[in-house]
Amino acid sequence: MAYSDKVLDHYNNPRNVGSLDKKAPNVGTGMVGAPECGDVMKLQIKVNDENGIIEDAKFKTFGCGSAIASSSLATEWLKGKTVDEALKIKNTDIVNELSLPPVKIHCSVLAEDAIKAAIGDYRAKQGAKTQQQVPAEQTVA
Amino acid sequence: MKTPIYLDNHATTRVDPRVLDAMLPYFTEYFGNAASRNHEFGWVAEQAVDKARKQIADLIGATAKEIIFTSGATESNNLAIKGVAEMYAEKGNHIITEATEHKAVLDTCKKLEKMGYRVTYLPVMGDGLIDLDMLRESITDKTILVTIMYANNEIGVIQPVAEIGKICRERGVLFHTDGVQAIGKVPVDVNKDNIDIMSITAHKLYGPKGVGALYVRRKNPRVQITAQMDGGGHERGMRSGTLNVPGIVGLGEACAICQREMPEETKRLMYLRDKLRSKLEAGLDEIYLNGSWEHRLPHSLNMSFAYVEGESLLMGINDVAVSSGSACTSATLEPSYVLKALGLGDDIAHSSIRFGIGRFNTEEEIDYVADKLVDVVRKLRELSPLYEMAKEGIDLSKVQWAHD
Repeated sequence: MAYSDKVLDHYNNPRNVGSLDKKAPNVGTGMVGAPECGDVMKLQIKVNDENGIIEDAKFKTFGCGSAIASSSLATEWLKGKTVDEALKIKNTDIVNELSLPPVKIHCSVLAEDAIKAAIGDYRAKQGAKTQQQVPAEQTVA
Repeated sequence: MKTPIYLDNHATTRVDPRVLDAMLPYFTEYFGNAASRNHEFGWVAEQAVDKARKQIADLIGATAKEIIFTSGATESNNLAIKGVAEMYAEKGNHIITEATEHKAVLDTCKKLEKMGYRVTYLPVMGDGLIDLDMLRESITDKTILVTIMYANNEIGVIQPVAEIGKICRERGVLFHTDGVQAIGKVPVDVNKDNIDIMSITAHKLYGPKGVGALYVRRKNPRVQITAQMDGGGHERGMRSGTLNVPGIVGLGEACAICQREMPEETKRLMYLRDKLRSKLEAGLDEIYLNGSWEHRLPHSLNMSFAYVEGESLLMGINDVAVSSGSACTSATLEPSYVLKALGLGDDIAHSSIRFGIGRFNTEEEIDYVADKLVDVVRKLRELSPLYEMAKEGIDLSKVQWAHD
């Protein structure tokens, strides 16, 4: 199968590879997929406490080139966005940006799931922390 | 050294230039129909076909009359299995095969099941070999055919063919073997191996695509097969159709070269394969051999690189032609059924690479491929959350994965 130039670029030069401290209260971790399905994505966000903006994002992915590219792209897009803005990233945006063929759409779905899972984890932590002060308005996505 | 490097010789092989040279005159100069009995053009073509028949028979210890030409191994497997099923339908309706056969055998058996035949699919053990006791127990008085491949196309494992044939002979059951991966690579002898019917193809042994043969035993026992195509009654009535003379000449020449050069070639291929394996094992931890090492084709290596997905690995070595058991590289999006039949987890199947070393590979190429793979696997493991978890001491088999 031929890969698009953008997939190749992300595969050859993956952005934001690595791990953040998953115990930190302002870090959200999303881990989706399963080894037997051939795809596991770990995506993490670090949110600035003051302004609610995602100031760092990291990923690690076990999967095909399109899965690696989808998660690499997702980390690029996440940085600088607020959590609410980040939730608006759709798998179809990833498909379009990377020109993924139909058989690779599930890679983009997984990336969207990973974003949602990371934000969910972050919000759960924040909810637990702020429960005493203010009624938790956020719920896990 | 030229790239891309071809290391997918289980899929197909390059035509040996000597084979091509033998074939060329039969396209233009000697273009006759081998079935034309009344002129020079036909006689020349027929002579060429007879020579090829002899060359093929010599390689496998058969006689020339036992070679039936076909379009390739898929046709040969279909003809053998369906032809026996139809011919011996009165004797019984039971066929025994194994789980790791090529689709040309498995799907043929499935078709017969729909037509009312009963098929036993023997499982394989962890090393890819069938259990002979299980074979013995599976044979009933209704069994008419056992079809077990000589060597597997994905893992290169060689079955105990001579013993399988012996069991079949004792029980009066015909034994067919798909010989395409083994013929020309290891000594195959239809008498020593107790084979009654065997599928052969040219393009796996440095001959052209689109031509193959079926060995059909004529004595002890005399095997009969019902033709699956109607026509001019060529090939002793078993396979109608004008013979592909240039292709047949190529198949014959390819067999002759294999027979002549096998001792030397086997040594060279094993040296290269063993070097590839030891370089990979020296450079990487947690890599696993798939299938028996002892019972294996000399040019074949199948390894899994834990925590790395096969398609992404292929992408990283895009100037090397190999194949993977990963779901992402298959049309069905399922990981290799052969590796799964060994009892390996899907994750190991997703991480597997098949290397098929061939006549035209050099040591320089093998060194290059090994070094490159080590680099790419290391890079992908840096990217792999599974590798990170394993290094933290997490048992991945105990993790609850979030999936449907």
